[in-house]
Amino acid sequence: MSQGEPEVAGRFGPYGGRYVPETLIPALDQLDQAWSEARVDPAFTGQLGQLRRDYIGRPTPLYLAGRLSERIGHRIYLKREDLAHTGAHKINNAIGQALLAERMGKPRVIAETGAGQHGVATATACALLDLECVVYMGSEDIRRQKPNVERMGLLGAEVVPVEAGARTLKEAVSAAIRDWVANVEGTHYVIGSVVGPAPFPALVRDLQRVIGDEARSQALEAEGSLPERVIACVGGGSNAIGTFTAFIPDEGVELIGVEAAGEGVETDRHGASLSAGRVSVLHGSLSAVIADQEGQILEAHSVSAGLDYPGVGPEHAWLRDTGRARYPSVTDVEAVNAFRELSRLEGIIPALESSHAIAWLLAEGATGQEGFDLVCLSGRGDKDLAEVLGLEDRA
Amino acid sequence: MSGTASATGADGSARIEAAFAAARAGGRAALMPYMMGGFPDPEGSLKVAAAYADGGADLIELGVPFSDPLADGPVIHAAATAALEAGTDFEAVLEVCASVSDRLPVVLMAYTNMILGGAGPEDFGRRAAAAGAAGVIVPDLPFGEDEAVREMLAAAGLAVVPLIAPNTPVERRAEICEIAAGFVYVVSSVGTTGERGELPADLTDLVEDVRRRATVPVAVGFGIGTPAQASEVGEAADGVIIGSKLVRLIADGDGLAGGLEEVAGFLSEATAAMAGEGSPPVR
Ligand SMILES: Cc1ncc(COP(=O)(O)O)c(C=O)c1O
Repeated sequence: MSQGEPEVAGRFGPYGGRYVPETLIPALDQLDQAWSEARVDPAFTGQLGQLRRDYIGRPTPLYLAGRLSERIGHRIYLKREDLAHTGAHKINNAIGQALLAERMGKPRVIAETGAGQHGVATATACALLDLECVVYMGSEDIRRQKPNVERMGLLGAEVVPVEAGARTLKEAVSAAIRDWVANVEGTHYVIGSVVGPAPFPALVRDLQRVIGDEARSQALEAEGSLPERVIACVGGGSNAIGTFTAFIPDEGVELIGVEAAGEGVETDRHGASLSAGRVSVLHGSLSAVIADQEGQILEAHSVSAGLDYPGVGPEHAWLRDTGRARYPSVTDVEAVNAFRELSRLEGIIPALESSHAIAWLLAEGATGQEGFDLVCLSGRGDKDLAEVLGLEDRA
Repeated sequence: MSGTASATGADGSARIEAAFAAARAGGRAALMPYMMGGFPDPEGSLKVAAAYADGGADLIELGVPFSDPLADGPVIHAAATAALEAGTDFEAVLEVCASVSDRLPVVLMAYTNMILGGAGPEDFGRRAAAAGAAGVIVPDLPFGEDEAVREMLAAAGLAVVPLIAPNTPVERRAEICEIAAGFVYVVSSVGTTGERGELPADLTDLVEDVRRRATVPVAVGFGIGTPAQASEVGEAADGVIIGSKLVRLIADGDGLAGGLEEVAGFLSEATAAMAGEGSPPVR
């Protein structure tokens, strides 16, 4: 368990599980079986490896951010997932799962998206593999992530607006699950993060761990040692788990997942499930969820659509409980300031999600030790320009 | 309630099975209308429950509203949202339960988080049993998942009713029938709750297979929205569950009074149609 491997029956400690309608059980069993076979099948891993290299552009660079390091007074390396094809780490998961859909003989793929990055990544993978693609997206997110909606259309995906609740990521996931319940025979659900019923949290982790596997050897090559701190933002938690997994056995390496504090964790407008959530079931697994004492799930809030989610992957809840990782949070204002600061310092416009990791570092500062830090820059920020510039206008 | 009976959920099961048997003695399958607790509001839903009991229901399925009901289609989802907005909490649903539970068995329909994230399984079971509930259906707690929850609910005297879907593999069907208490809930078609123009052609085969395996009655739900469908399903199954159709009649009615009138009309047509056709062979 300390290796981050799930226990029997898809659990991480007490968290995880498969709290779904009976109709989905055969599909989850099939997926579990298909993934255990595919991951050790040289034909599959060979094809995935080649696409990672030639199509996604892996390995992504580990970049020593000179001016940011100077500003913080500590050497900071950025793992450049923003340079992966389509502009975020989401493609690592989408390509892997689309290959799996093809292998299972499922011609139709559905996905949910918040920031639009996972929707774009899935639409891209489906174009590549000639699969039908339907993406559910809350209408509020359609508004604030317009460029990604246009990209999905161009890639041949159908984007279905979701009008329920706060019209954001939680409702998009629910709509995708309902579609899957109705069309489970010929459809695969490419879930976008390490959430959902087992085996999804472990499957998505396995596909995203390439981030940390690469970063760990790149760090050893550059510095001859391991980082003091490894930092990533946490929405559902896929870029964080992807970055952390290789480092979990390295006890001296501190793992820090940064959640969205929105307007403040003490308010009712935030996305910090791990600091302010309750043990609850959302979207098929038991984890830390923003909910009331009757068990009703509450709306999350974050300026960043990808972190605007009341749940989090079950493995993070377990890493928190065991003390192996910790999960501070930063506010909307801090994230937007970091968005600007990294743009000016490094010529890198980060996604608002990734800006949370940078913001934590800017607030926290140096460790006082000789070493260095490693930050997952999970995506690029082109999609967020209108939102950030709009905030400026309103201010 | 005796200690040994409550330890296995036998008390609730016995009441549920007796209701199925009474319907059969009357010459038809049991009718189990579904209602959303607290919809259109807590006051109104007390009237809905009374209308069901007055209108010929043999059992009532009572939904506990949840913010994120993954097994439900738009009609029941919207009713849950409205019930929560009207201030419904678990206590209010239990009041509805208590208002009719001495007239007919009430089976709660509650998502896992109403149990795990809310009251906790022991408290949930204790409070539900105290309000007279006979059983509970947990649509997102499939067989094999979190058995401890099932056991704690059964220990409170509730029949924990399992679901079987059209795509549940045969061996799994057998295992589910083995642990079933109260009745087995057969989901008519893949998908979420909601009215359907047509039910799958092979539904009868599925129901017959489950009836052969189960020692408790078998009821069919999801998609049944007309008296004709109710009577057709009632020919094969021991019970018929009608949900979205009735919830929609309440939602679209001319005020609550108008909705209740529509409901009464529908229930009398459905029971008449079900009595007119042959009912399933006694096993
Ligand atoms: C660039 C980027 N980073 C992070 C996230 C958050 O997801 P996760 O926590 O699964 O990495 C998203 C989600 O949309 C994203 O687009």
